[in-house]
Amino acid sequence: MNGPFAFALGLGDDALIAAQRLAEWTTRAPEMEEDIALANIALDQLGAARLLLSYAGELEAAGRDEDALAYLRDDREFLNALLVELPNGDFAVTMAKLFFLAAYQLPLYTALASCPDERLAAIGAKARKESAYHLDHGALWVRRLGDGTEESHRRMQDAVDHVWPYTHELFAADPAAPVDPAGLRAAFDETVGPVLAEATLTRPERGWAPTGGRKGVHTEHLSYLLAEMQVLHRAHPGAQW
Amino acid sequence: MYGNDFSAPGDAPDDMPGAGLLGEVEAAEAELRAAAARERRGGPAPDEDLAAYFTEVVDAEQKIEPRDWMPEAYRRTLIRQIAQHAHSEIIGMQPEGNWISRAPSLKRKAILLAKVQDEAGHGLYLYAAAETLGISRDELVQLLLDGKQKYSSIFNYPTLTWADVGAIGWLVDGAAIVNQVPLCRCSYGPYARAMIRVCKEESFHQRQGYEILHTLAHGTPEQQAMAQDAVDRWWYPSLAMFGPPDGDSTHSTQSMAWKIKRFSNDDLRQRFVDMCVQQAEILGLRIPDDGLRWNEERRAYDYTQPDYDELMQVIKGNGPCNRERMAHRRAAHADGAWVREAAAAYAAKRADKREKVAA
Repeated sequence: MNGPFAFALGLGDDALIAAQRLAEWTTRAPEMEEDIALANIALDQLGAARLLLSYAGELEAAGRDEDALAYLRDDREFLNALLVELPNGDFAVTMAKLFFLAAYQLPLYTALASCPDERLAAIGAKARKESAYHLDHGALWVRRLGDGTEESHRRMQDAVDHVWPYTHELFAADPAAPVDPAGLRAAFDETVGPVLAEATLTRPERGWAPTGGRKGVHTEHLSYLLAEMQVLHRAHPGAQW
Repeated sequence: MYGNDFSAPGDAPDDMPGAGLLGEVEAAEAELRAAAARERRGGPAPDEDLAAYFTEVVDAEQKIEPRDWMPEAYRRTLIRQIAQHAHSEIIGMQPEGNWISRAPSLKRKAILLAKVQDEAGHGLYLYAAAETLGISRDELVQLLLDGKQKYSSIFNYPTLTWADVGAIGWLVDGAAIVNQVPLCRCSYGPYARAMIRVCKEESFHQRQGYEILHTLAHGTPEQQAMAQDAVDRWWYPSLAMFGPPDGDSTHSTQSMAWKIKRFSNDDLRQRFVDMCVQQAEILGLRIPDDGLRWNEERRAYDYTQPDYDELMQVIKGNGPCNRERMAHRRAAHADGAWVREAAAAYAAKRADKREKVAA
C-alpha cells in the first residue's frame, strides 16, 4: 500500500497510537502538573490523528470515517511506526519516546505545512506548533532526568538505549511521499544530539534498527493496545455514540 | 476548544441541565465584584476586637481574605473542606479515567480526556486556595495518602460500563454543581473565586454526561439498557453526596453562621431531585424510585431517601472501591518519587551554576 492514502494513514496512526499510550498516564503521572501536561499532549496527538484519519478516509473514498479507520482495522492494517506502540515503561521511557517522536514530528509537520497538498499543509501548520511544545517538554525532562540523580540518570540512559533503535524507522526513505522522511534525519540529529549531551547522556551507536510498522508488521504490543481501544466500539456494530 | 465539541441534543439551550445554575454562578461573580468595589473600611482599628471585626465583615457579605484575622476554627473548617474538595477532584479522575482507553469514538475519547484533565486542574486550583490558609499542598496530599483526610464517597463506586461515564456527568457532576454553586458566595474570598471558575467548567461536564446518556437512550436496545442500568446504580449514591440528613449533620450550623455554607443538606438534595426529574423525562430514562411523585403542597417532589447506613460504610472505607482508589493514588505517588527527586536535584544544580556564574 502506497500513495497519499497510506501516507496520511501512517501519520494518523502514529498520532493515534501515541495519544492512546500517553493517555494511559492519566491519574498515574509523577506530579499533578505532569498529569495535566501529558493529557495535553495526548489531546494534541488525538486531534491531529482525527484530522489525518478523516483526510485519509476521504482520499480512500470508500466511505470510512475517522472512527471506522480507528476502530475497525486490525493491527496488520495499522501503519504507525513501531516507536509509538512500545509500552510506556517507566517515566524515563515515556519521555524518551516523547522526545524522539517530537524531534521527528516537528520537522515533518513543518515541511508538510508548505507541501502542495492543501489539506496536509493545513494540518501540518496546526500540528507543528503543538509539536514544538511537545519537543520542549520532552527535552526538558530528558535533561532533568539525565542530569538529575544517579538513579534518574541510569533510568534515562536505559530508556534512550531502549528506544533509540526504533527511531531509525521514522526516517525510512519514501521519495514519492509529500514529504520524504529521509530528508528529516538531519534536523532530528541536530535537535537530539545537543540535548542528550547536555543531559550527560550517551547517544547510542547505530546498530539494530527494527522496522515493519509502515507495512503493518508490528511488535506484539499493538494488538493488545487495539484490543482495549476497540472493544466497546466493536461490541456494538453500527451503533452511534 | 474542546468545549466546541459539545452540541445540544436537540434541545433549546435554556433546557440544558445547569443553565439556571450557571446564571447563579454569574450572579455570584457579579456579587463578588461588587463586594470588592464596596470599599471595606481599611481593616480593624488598632485597639478593635478582631473577632468583632471578622463578624462584621462576614455579616456585611464582604469577603475574608488571607491577610485577615480569622477564628482558628474557621480556618480549620475551611482547610478541611477545601482539601476534601481538592482530594475529591484528584481521586475523582480515576473512575472516569477508567474509560479513556476504551471510549467508543475518537470524539468521545477527546472529550473525556479533556474532562479528566479539567479535574486535575480543579484539584490544583483548590490546593492553591487551601494554601492561602497556611498549609502546603504536600502536607495536604500526605494527609490524603495517610487516610487522615477524606474525599467524596461517590468516587468509591465502580464505573462498569461506558454509560457510567454519562451517569457520572449527569448525576454526580450535577449534584456537585448544586452543592458548589452556593459556595461561589462563600465568605472566604479565595474559595469563592475558585468555585466560580470550577462551577463554570463543571456545567460543561454535566452537559457532556447528559449528552452521552441522551445518545445512548436514543440508541440501540443494548445502549438503552446500558444507560438505564447506569442511572439505576448511580441515582442513590448521587443523592447521598449531599451528606447525612440535616438532623445528623455535624458541621452544618457553624458553617451556615460563617457563611461558608448557605443551604442545608436536605434543601440541596431536594433541589437536585427536582432538577433531575424533568431532565430524566427528556432523556427517556427512569429514576429508580417508586416513591417519586409531585407534592403540590410543598411544590416539590417527594422522593425516597438514599441508604445512609451505606453512606456511613463507604465513608468508613468499606465502599466497593475505597481500597483500590487509595492504592492507585499511593502507587502513583510512590512510583513518581524518583522523578520528583530528579527534578529537584536538577533545579539545585542549575541554581548552583547560576550562582557560580554570578560570582
